Formats: sequence, C-alpha cells, structure tokens
Amino acid sequence: MAYSDKVLDHYSNPRNVGSMDKNSTEVGTGLVGAPECGDVMKLQIKVNPQTNIIEDAKFKTFGCGSAIASSSLATEWVKGKTVEEALQIKNTEIVKELSLPPVKIHCSVLAEDAIRAAIHDWKKKQDVAKPAAVAVQ
Amino acid sequence: MSTDVKTIPQAEHIAPNGVKLPVYMDNHATTPMDPRVLEEMLPYFMEKFGNAASRNHAFGWAGEEGVETARERIAKLVGATPKEIIFTSGATESDNLAIKGVAEMYKEKGNHIITAVTEHKAVLDTCKRLEKYGYRVTYLPVQKDGLIDLDDLKRAMDDKTILVTIMAANNEIGVLQPIAEIGKLCRERGIIFHTDATQAVGKVPIDVNKQNIDLMSISAHKMYGPKGVGALYVRRKNPRVQISAIIDGGGHERGMRSGTLNVPGIVGLGKACAIASEEMAKESSYLAGLRDRLRDRIMNRLDEVYINGSWEHRLPGSLNISFAYVEGESLLMGINDIAVSSGSACTSATLEPSYVLKALGAGDDLAHSSIRFGLGRFNTEAEVDYVADRVVETVSRLRELSPLYEMAKEGVDLKTVKWAAE
Repeated sequence: MAYSDKVLDHYSNPRNVGSMDKNSTEVGTGLVGAPECGDVMKLQIKVNPQTNIIEDAKFKTFGCGSAIASSSLATEWVKGKTVEEALQIKNTEIVKELSLPPVKIHCSVLAEDAIRAAIHDWKKKQDVAKPAAVAVQ
Repeated sequence: MSTDVKTIPQAEHIAPNGVKLPVYMDNHATTPMDPRVLEEMLPYFMEKFGNAASRNHAFGWAGEEGVETARERIAKLVGATPKEIIFTSGATESDNLAIKGVAEMYKEKGNHIITAVTEHKAVLDTCKRLEKYGYRVTYLPVQKDGLIDLDDLKRAMDDKTILVTIMAANNEIGVLQPIAEIGKLCRERGIIFHTDATQAVGKVPIDVNKQNIDLMSISAHKMYGPKGVGALYVRRKNPRVQISAIIDGGGHERGMRSGTLNVPGIVGLGKACAIASEEMAKESSYLAGLRDRLRDRIMNRLDEVYINGSWEHRLPGSLNISFAYVEGESLLMGINDIAVSSGSACTSATLEPSYVLKALGAGDDLAHSSIRFGLGRFNTEAEVDYVADRVVETVSRLRELSPLYEMAKEGVDLKTVKWAAE
C-alpha cells in the first residue's frame, strides 16, 4: 500500500486527537463504523450556541492510516465553520486532499458520516434544550 | 494514482542498538536464501547447464546428477525414498497435483474429499474447483486453538471418501495439526492422506512412514531455498499411491509432471533440505527462544494482547498476535521499518479479514487487529528486542487514538454497542 505524503503526515501527527464531554449541550458526538468492519470513528464538535460556529473539534479513530488521516483532516476542516457550512463538506474533497486510492474511499465516506452524525447529535440536544431555555426566560 | 503518492519511507538504516533496518520478520511469506544454497546452485546456471533429461551426453548427465542428489537429500529429510519425490514449480502446484491427481485417478472408488477451513487457498480453491466437477468436499471446522477435532474427521469419513488433505503447519497462525493421528485414521480406512507441509518441512520433524503420509507438498522458498521450485512426495508402497498428471508432455518425473526440470532450483531445494537435516534441531530451539522472547517483551508491557492459535502445537518461529482496539494496517504503518504481515482486511485485496482467524471464532475485530511475526534463521535477539519496542510504542500510541480503547477503559461492553455500520 502506498500512502500520500498528506496521509503519512496526518498519521504521524494527527490533529485534534482527544475527547470532549459528550454530555455537554454544546458538544455533538458522532460515532460511526463498526469494529467488525475495521473502522470506527468518533468525531466531536463544540458549537457556540450564539453563532453556530464550530469552535473546537476532536477525534479518535480505530482504523487504517487513511481512516485516521480522513478523520484528522475532518476535524481541521470543520473548525471555524458554521454547522451549516460543515454539512457541505463532501467525502470527495477529502479523497482529493489526501490522494486516497479507490480502495480507501470508504474512509472518506466514514469521515463525512462522522461530521454529519456529530452535527445531528448537537442539533438534537439544541431541540431538547430550547423549550427549557424559553421556560427559564 | 497522483504523483505525490509514494511508498512508505524507510527509517534510518541502522537502529540505535545496531540493528540493520528494515528488519525482516515475515519468514512465513518467504525466507531469504541461505548463501550455502546459492553457492550450490551457481554452477548449474552456466557450466552444468545441461537438460537432466538428455541421457546421451555429459551435459545431461551433470544435470541429472545434480537432480538425483537433490532427490536423495529431500527424501532423507522426510524419511522417504528418492523415487517418491516428484519435482514441481512449488507447493501450489504440488497441492493441485496431489488433489486433482487423486480425484481423477480414484474417481471410480469415490468422490468425497475432506479438508479443513483453515487450509491454504491452493488447497481450498482446488477443492472448490473439484466441487464444480461433481466431487463432494467436507470442510472441517477448527477449534479455538486452530486444530481440527479428530472426532469431526472420523465422522466425516465415509465409504466414498478418497482423500483427506490437511496441512501440517498453518501459514498464518503456525499451528501444527495432529498429522500422525490423521494419517493413522486414514490408513485404517484405506483413505489417501495428503498434507500441505510447506511451512513444516525443515522446521519440525516429518517422517512420512511414522506419520502415515501418502502425499506431501514441499516448497523450497520457505526453507531458505529459491522460489519457483517445490516437490510432491508420492508414496510408492504400503500402499502404492497413483495420481493422474495435470501437466502432460514429455513424461518427466515418471509421467506425473512433464516439463524440463528446473535443475538449479532443484539443486537449491536439495541443499536447503540437507542443511535442514543437519541443523533443524538446533535451529528450532533457537527460534523458539526468539519467539518466546518476543512474546514476553510484548505481552509484559501491553494489556489485552491475544495469541492466535495453540501455543503448544506451534511452529518454533511463529507468533500471531491480536492487539485489541488497534487496526492491523495502521499498526503496520507505524512499524514501517519492520516487515511483518497482518490479518486485517485493509492489507488484503478482498477487504475481508483473514478467514483463518475468523475460523478460530475470535471475532472479526480481533482478526483486523492481528500481526503475524515469522522468525527465521537469520533473525537475531537484538532484532527481536527492537521489534518488541517498536510494537509496544506504536500500539500504545494508536490506542491513545482509538475510540474503542477509550470506551473499553470506561467500562463500555463493545459487544453490546449498536454500531451504525451493522
């Protein structure tokens, strides 16, 4: 297997590794993949409720080098974007950026899924939190 | 593929403890050739180039002499007679010749073949092809330790069974099947017994008479010989086993395998066997020592590490380990100055994890996390220490990156999690 320089770089120096409090209302967590398939990604975002801007992102990935690189890159890309902008990120852009070969395209799909799952989780929390916030006011 | 794609860069050429990099520890895939083997082969490329089948001149006689010496040396290593050794292009051809050869020769007697799910593809795919031609094949399961259950074998045998083909040592997990017991069961019932002994010959003692072996596949490049040459042992008496040829032509090798003999390769195989006859006992305890050292230096420093396959019934140089919560290919990428193999799907063309590890029932996740270390004649203690350090360091780093390790540490039972991809 040949790896691109960018995959090697993300593998050797993964960005934004870590975990955030999954119970915080500001944090959305996406957990995608399955151990049996050889890939599991956990991607978390911390969103500013006023601006909807993703202020921080963290990941942990069980998977091959391309899966690690895809999720590492995803955290870099979502940071500073609004939730709506982050939803526009396509797996094909990850493929292009990392020069992923055809057999590794599923890694990029999983990274896109992880972003969506994290945002979905965050949105769900906001829907639950909103009525309560209104009640306090 | 775009131009900025390149292969993994190799690390510094010499490690701090003096180990030359990269370290080769994939001796089940192939072995480096022993210099003594090469030395023996060299004259047969130029001076002694004759066709061993040329019976009427000195060039031919020189070739034939080289071939017959090799035949004797191979026979001696496995307790056979020279006439029972048929040269082939390697163990894959030997497996094909044995299985298809018996299937055709004994088709009047029966159409049932017994093998095991963990066999090499050269056996499994040959059996699958025969199924298309109306043969019935039983694929025996293996137990958790990778060994077949002899009672399963007994139950599978019937009056239509013409062949049992079970490997001597497994190429992925190194486990040794109970060959002598299998041979005895076959002999009692008049069933022909073939064993793919590619990984076993020259590593552990093999005696075709004591173990009741009727047909046996041998490869040169797994025992410090050249690639592209192997042999099939075919029993000549008690009982006499006959096989149909799969390659027709000039009638070489008593009609069982036509084609001009690969004289230098055969000479190399012979020398490799001669060395093994002399050195196997000593080498085997040396390799077992290295293997145990590697195991201890990894397992004493990492938790949740599992050895795949029986520890007791195992090749001396073989160690297959699953590192839970770490994916095999990413581990290989981290230890890119070490040549080993993984059972991970990502390292195979099919995107399926190792069928051998799956057959042990360990679960696909542990198959994805497996690394096969294959120690050989030229590995050193310093290399083992270097490899163990690099593995421990990389597994630890990847576990810090692994959501599964984090969840397991938090007490989450990963078996009960509902995974999105299922």
